[in-house]
Amino acid sequence: MSRYIALRLLQAIGVLWAAYTVSFLVLYALPGDPARLLAGPDATDVTAAQLDTLRAQFGLDKPLVVQYIEHLGALLRGDLGTSLPTGRPVAELIGEAIPSTLQIAALGLLLAVLVGGGLALAATFTRHRGLGQLLLALPPIGVAVPGFWFALLLIQWFSFGIPLFPAVGNQGFASVVLPAITLALPTGATIAQLLSKSLVTTLREPYIDTAWAKGAGPGRVHLRHALRNAALPALTVTGLIVGQLLSGTVVTETVFSRPGLGRVTATAVAQQDIPVVQGIVLFAAAVFVVTNLLVDLVYPLLDPRIVIRKRRLPRVRVAATAGASR
Amino acid sequence: MSTRPWGRTALIGTAVFVGIALSACSANGQSATTASPTAATPVVGGDLTFSIANDPISLNPSGTGSGNDTLYVTRQLVDSLLYQNPKTNDLEPWLATSWTANADATAFTFVLRDGVTFSDGTPLTAAAVKATFDDIVAAGPKSQAVSSLVGYRQTVAVDAHTVEVDFSTPNAAFPNSTASVALGIVGASTIATPYDDRATGKAVVGTGPFVLASYTKNVATKLAKRTGYAWSPEAVGATGEAYLDTVTFQVVPEPAVRTGSLTSGQVDVIGGVQPVDVDSIAASGFPLIDRGNPGVSFGEYFNVSRPIVSDIAVREAIAHATNAAEIRDTALNDTFAVGTSVLAKTTPGWADESSYFAFDTAKASSLLDAAGWKAGADGIRAKDGTRLSLVVNWITNFGPNQTSLELLQQQLKKVGIEITLQGGDVPSFLERQKSGDFDISWQNLSRADGDVLRTTFSSAASNTLRISDPTLEALLQKQLASGDATARNAVLADIQKRIAEQYYQIPVHELTSIIAEQPNVNGVSLGADSRLDQLTAAWKSATN
Repeated sequence: MSRYIALRLLQAIGVLWAAYTVSFLVLYALPGDPARLLAGPDATDVTAAQLDTLRAQFGLDKPLVVQYIEHLGALLRGDLGTSLPTGRPVAELIGEAIPSTLQIAALGLLLAVLVGGGLALAATFTRHRGLGQLLLALPPIGVAVPGFWFALLLIQWFSFGIPLFPAVGNQGFASVVLPAITLALPTGATIAQLLSKSLVTTLREPYIDTAWAKGAGPGRVHLRHALRNAALPALTVTGLIVGQLLSGTVVTETVFSRPGLGRVTATAVAQQDIPVVQGIVLFAAAVFVVTNLLVDLVYPLLDPRIVIRKRRLPRVRVAATAGASR
Repeated sequence: MSTRPWGRTALIGTAVFVGIALSACSANGQSATTASPTAATPVVGGDLTFSIANDPISLNPSGTGSGNDTLYVTRQLVDSLLYQNPKTNDLEPWLATSWTANADATAFTFVLRDGVTFSDGTPLTAAAVKATFDDIVAAGPKSQAVSSLVGYRQTVAVDAHTVEVDFSTPNAAFPNSTASVALGIVGASTIATPYDDRATGKAVVGTGPFVLASYTKNVATKLAKRTGYAWSPEAVGATGEAYLDTVTFQVVPEPAVRTGSLTSGQVDVIGGVQPVDVDSIAASGFPLIDRGNPGVSFGEYFNVSRPIVSDIAVREAIAHATNAAEIRDTALNDTFAVGTSVLAKTTPGWADESSYFAFDTAKASSLLDAAGWKAGADGIRAKDGTRLSLVVNWITNFGPNQTSLELLQQQLKKVGIEITLQGGDVPSFLERQKSGDFDISWQNLSRADGDVLRTTFSSAASNTLRISDPTLEALLQKQLASGDATARNAVLADIQKRIAEQYYQIPVHELTSIIAEQPNVNGVSLGADSRLDQLTAAWKSATN
């Protein structure tokens, strides 16, 4: 087991390194000159010599390879660098953005699991075929609705129309509700799609008939027997869901005027603030890696059929088909 | 399978959306008054919330922040040597009670006002002015103000209250520049803080009517009234301390949310009002404040190094084929003025050159015919196998740009000219400007001084338009060497005429800054740079 974890950690470092390297190359291949952007788009009077001084100050004049090695070296010492326009440490900028993002992501995830899961259960539980079909048609809509539009509708209804929640800011619990609902919509829809599909498959399994035959009621069959097995594929996409929540914050935080990782990302990309963008990429990659590692470690505890084998490829075998329909 | 329910949901959603929007409008329309009460006694006290689109990024007054939104905030923290009156564009006393320039505009002397102190209690002295300017030059391009100090030699503290700024080359634009936020005077403790460490504003010490209370990135900047402030420019209309206790600049990136926050009463003032929202805000009874931006107007700027547009006949034909009024009426609205010269009307030294740009498609066609451009099978002209097809470089950061250019595309097509629109964000726009892969640039630049002509058209500056015209160049340098304002305005008029008759640029519209406020807000105004002026005279009357 410890050997498995060590291997996975090594793999994780490889993933982080690859994410860092690819983002470095992509960012430097983008059109535009960070020094010119630093001077501002209106700086028509800035001389070439002044721009050169600026490049030298930020090390932008060095060959790409040298810049890469220097940045990587600093990274190994735990230094993410400093933001170009503000001169503030990247770690500090990301660190102060995390709590606000965590608030809406946590509530968003909770809502997504409750509503998405509830919808899947209701859709498969009902005996009324029409109602079942209608409920199953909802998740694709949830996935298809643009988050931007949905967020504006929520503000229009529940802030400008009926003043229940503030339209902007991050003061108090009330300010978390609408952004969390916006984040929960595509995530909840994904969960609902996946779980309902998996439930439908599971309910056709022979052991369900056995459960019925032994006299279990519909509730017990559905929740105790079917859901426990059907929920496993949903677990495999936790990484995907976390990614969806993180990327959703860019639009959500902008529309709701909240500080957070999404806003930091949007601003940094617009300003070609390369150190900050790379910091965000690394952070997102780390979240992915850790989430997937945790899922893989938890899996055998939930499903005894899965064994993390010694000395073999550290691969987890999934019994049921994961409905990666998206 | 999912198309039908989706379509229906969208329909219901839109219906409810429109319904709520309409009901909100009518409710507000009733309560709003047509005009704010005149000559009422200002209420002392109160808190003002002001929504802006971008985080200020850097609260260092001379640093590079996020443009207008940053300057709205920093204008309240620092004062300038001179005040440019937005009504007349004349310079008036502020921190300096008087000033003089020598004949060739290389030396400027300012006499400082008595009794002015920085927010940390230290007095305003000639040494502080010198330190501020020296600091900007040392910061180089990290400071947005460095282009106002081109040719800077030194600042001499003649005595404690007299300061002389010397340039090695003429800089007649300097007096107007001193009125900008970027050249606002900061205290010794600000200078003592490294330039890169001032972004959070903690180290910024000014003489302004407000001081920084708190700054939270991407959320809000809160300012508190400076007690004992007594040196506001006369034209602002309040001599003592600010009426308001606090002003909070709240960052709200989404324009629709800013507008909704205003109409639902959640904020007092909003900046960055979009042209499309102007009519609905006005109809709901919320006062709008707008002012055309000084500087070079939005229009077609030619890259004269490109073969087709190097011919003046083609440029002139485009001028007569462009229907600027139609573009203004369709893509924008009445708050925007149709361009009359390369300079916008609000710029000091503006001269009307609109006779060069009359809309006349017949004239455009005959000019092109005479130049040998014959209509092809698809209506687009060609000459010696070359299609009359031009590339337009433009920035997507201003919503109406796309509509304006698509309309221009149709207008030019009517006379047989094809344009391809190459839009992008600021970095890719700058990159194409640098490489020169464009025939026409759709751009503007806001600055409250005619020297903006030199930075845009001089072959000695970045010269993105690849102009090589000795006559124009001589004039551009001459305006910078005219210490006398009247003489300088005459030169600026000559420059505008030269640019118009050579058709280096065709003005289309003048960018306008628009803010909107609650009916009970008074005394909020835009300065000579069409950015938020000092808020000393702003106050809120009791709501209804």
